[in-house]
Amino acid sequence: MFTPFFYTLKDKKVPVSINEWMILMEALDKRLIRNMSEFYYLARAILVKSETHFDQYDIAFQEYFGGIAPPFEVTEELVQWLTDPRNRPDLTPEELAAIQKMDLEELLREFEKRLKEQKERHDGGNYWIGTGGTSPFGHSGKNPQGMLVGGPGGMRSAVRIAEQRYFRNYRDDVTLDIRQIKVALKQLRQLNRAGPEDELDLDRTIDATCKNAGELEFKWKRPRKNSIKLLLIMDAGGSMEPYADLCSQLFSAANSLSHFRAFKYYYFHNCPYDVLYSDIQQRKGEPIEHLLKVLEPDYKVIFVGDACMAYSELMDRFGDLYFHGYQKHAGIDRLKQFKSHFSHVVWLNPETSVLRSYPTVQIIAKLFPMYNLSLEGLNRAVKKLVSKL
Amino acid sequence: MKADQFEKFKGSADYVISDALKNAVNVSIVLKRPLLVRGEPGTGKTLLSHSISVSLGKPLIRWHIKSTTKAAEGLYVYDTVQRLNDSRFGGKDVSNIKHYIKLGKLGQAFTAPEQVVLLIDEVDKADLEFPNDLLNELDEMSFYIPETDETISAKHRPVVIITSNNEKELPDAFLRRCIFHYIEFPEPPLMEEIVKVHFPDIKSTLLKEALETFYTLRKIDDFRKKPSTSELIDWIQALMASGLDGKIKDGEIPFLGTLIKKENDIDFYVTHHVKKKAQTRGYNVYGN
Repeated sequence: MFTPFFYTLKDKKVPVSINEWMILMEALDKRLIRNMSEFYYLARAILVKSETHFDQYDIAFQEYFGGIAPPFEVTEELVQWLTDPRNRPDLTPEELAAIQKMDLEELLREFEKRLKEQKERHDGGNYWIGTGGTSPFGHSGKNPQGMLVGGPGGMRSAVRIAEQRYFRNYRDDVTLDIRQIKVALKQLRQLNRAGPEDELDLDRTIDATCKNAGELEFKWKRPRKNSIKLLLIMDAGGSMEPYADLCSQLFSAANSLSHFRAFKYYYFHNCPYDVLYSDIQQRKGEPIEHLLKVLEPDYKVIFVGDACMAYSELMDRFGDLYFHGYQKHAGIDRLKQFKSHFSHVVWLNPETSVLRSYPTVQIIAKLFPMYNLSLEGLNRAVKKLVSKL
Repeated sequence: MKADQFEKFKGSADYVISDALKNAVNVSIVLKRPLLVRGEPGTGKTLLSHSISVSLGKPLIRWHIKSTTKAAEGLYVYDTVQRLNDSRFGGKDVSNIKHYIKLGKLGQAFTAPEQVVLLIDEVDKADLEFPNDLLNELDEMSFYIPETDETISAKHRPVVIITSNNEKELPDAFLRRCIFHYIEFPEPPLMEEIVKVHFPDIKSTLLKEALETFYTLRKIDDFRKKPSTSELIDWIQALMASGLDGKIKDGEIPFLGTLIKKENDIDFYVTHHVKKKAQTRGYNVYGN
């Protein structure tokens, strides 16, 4: 049942598994679902495990069920309600006949018509769109068949809810906030035993006690600590201006996470040349040669930049746009030095547009694994950083 | 089994619940799957299990997860240090390991004489691998104690509610076994209901003004922590206790500290919003 819906969901990149699909079938089998709206919520509860995928679910739901007019159990009740003389004592038989034929489309059309006619907020009453009252349109109303306008309603038609795509803001390929970045960066960890010996080592204690003829002898061990050292190197060049907010979020997340054994950050302009800067204004420079000597190779390195520059800026020895002086090495050679010195280097690129096919981007992406600066990309980058070589 | 043949969770008098969540709870009970609840802080994730426990008349066992909690602690703890101590200095019968096996919360839920509601609160606080370590136990509802060669299996499968604040991503294998519900932030009409549950005799003018102020504050995106339901309840309580009923004016929010908890947010609010309004309307800035 509904098997194509499963593939529609897969199509929309909702991570559903057969496992979960079988649970849904079980739920259907046990007759837990009585109407479309319940189906919408239950299928979501069973199949979708993160609010970040609710939006894709809504789109899939709409695509699959939107084409079919929803089984309008509602129409019957609506008609019943409308034909009840107590509700509309002044309807003529012709009018009643017309109402009986009202389907979803007509309901929608009527809704739009009334919306146009209506000029003000309206609460109560039985015709205008508003809160309370018995008009089929509005919210918090008593009319169980009504169309919901904002606000929660008992009988929201499932397709209608899906259409509203209420969860658009939760998608993880779109937004990133500091907390989310922190969650991602927290996965950067390698636990090693370090620090003072203050954890009771039970096995060795028992061993020692036995050897000591039952006289207690305590043995201690060092607690486990994260041994990851992080080096964040960010492009602060002009073309990065649109992403300044995003980069500063990444920075403050990494900086406020007291989770790393060491955290260092540097800036560069377009492409790293002889010097990296420890301030964003790029006044305090430290020669890369020095840095490569003092920073151990087990630092995990994250470059952040759009990697878009003129070909010569990357490949020529005198390619630096800003300081037309003498440089020892071309940008590309510097990057290669990073690659050979550090074991784990990734590049995060906030640029997702056509510029990603830019020649210099291609060259750098060949050198370092390159990911989007999105939650998904960041997660993949972090996985890469903790992976074994 | 038909849908109406089991004890149905209908919500309790002191907890307002959406139909979608109610259904999710019932489905998780029928399908015997844990219910994973996620949502903004203060939307009543933890209270849900209390409400289920009250509504079904089953005892509630709470397991609060901390960053140091290990999955095995929920099953049982073998108190070797105590046993060592007893063997050296005398005490209980050292030869019987059972004296030193203490069941954890999960173990207690399994061995309870009747079906219980088990709350695993803030599962994401623990280590990343924590949920994976519980997979089998939650699936089979049993675990094995090697020390005593015993298998503890659930006499009555507990109703398992798990809450998460999304601090850490939960593993896929774990998620696949759960029913998931995301508690949306309540819209004003539902919020009105919720407030009325807590304060049945609140004056409608106060309620209206309080909610208006509250939702205006929530619209400010620059807050680090937006005020949530629990803050609103505290605030209304403060308002009622002080007899300030219905005297909230634009920009003058008494007890602002109960609504906004972060210093930065208060500063931000005072400088950006109150002052602006005060200047344009000639009010005095309150509480600065």
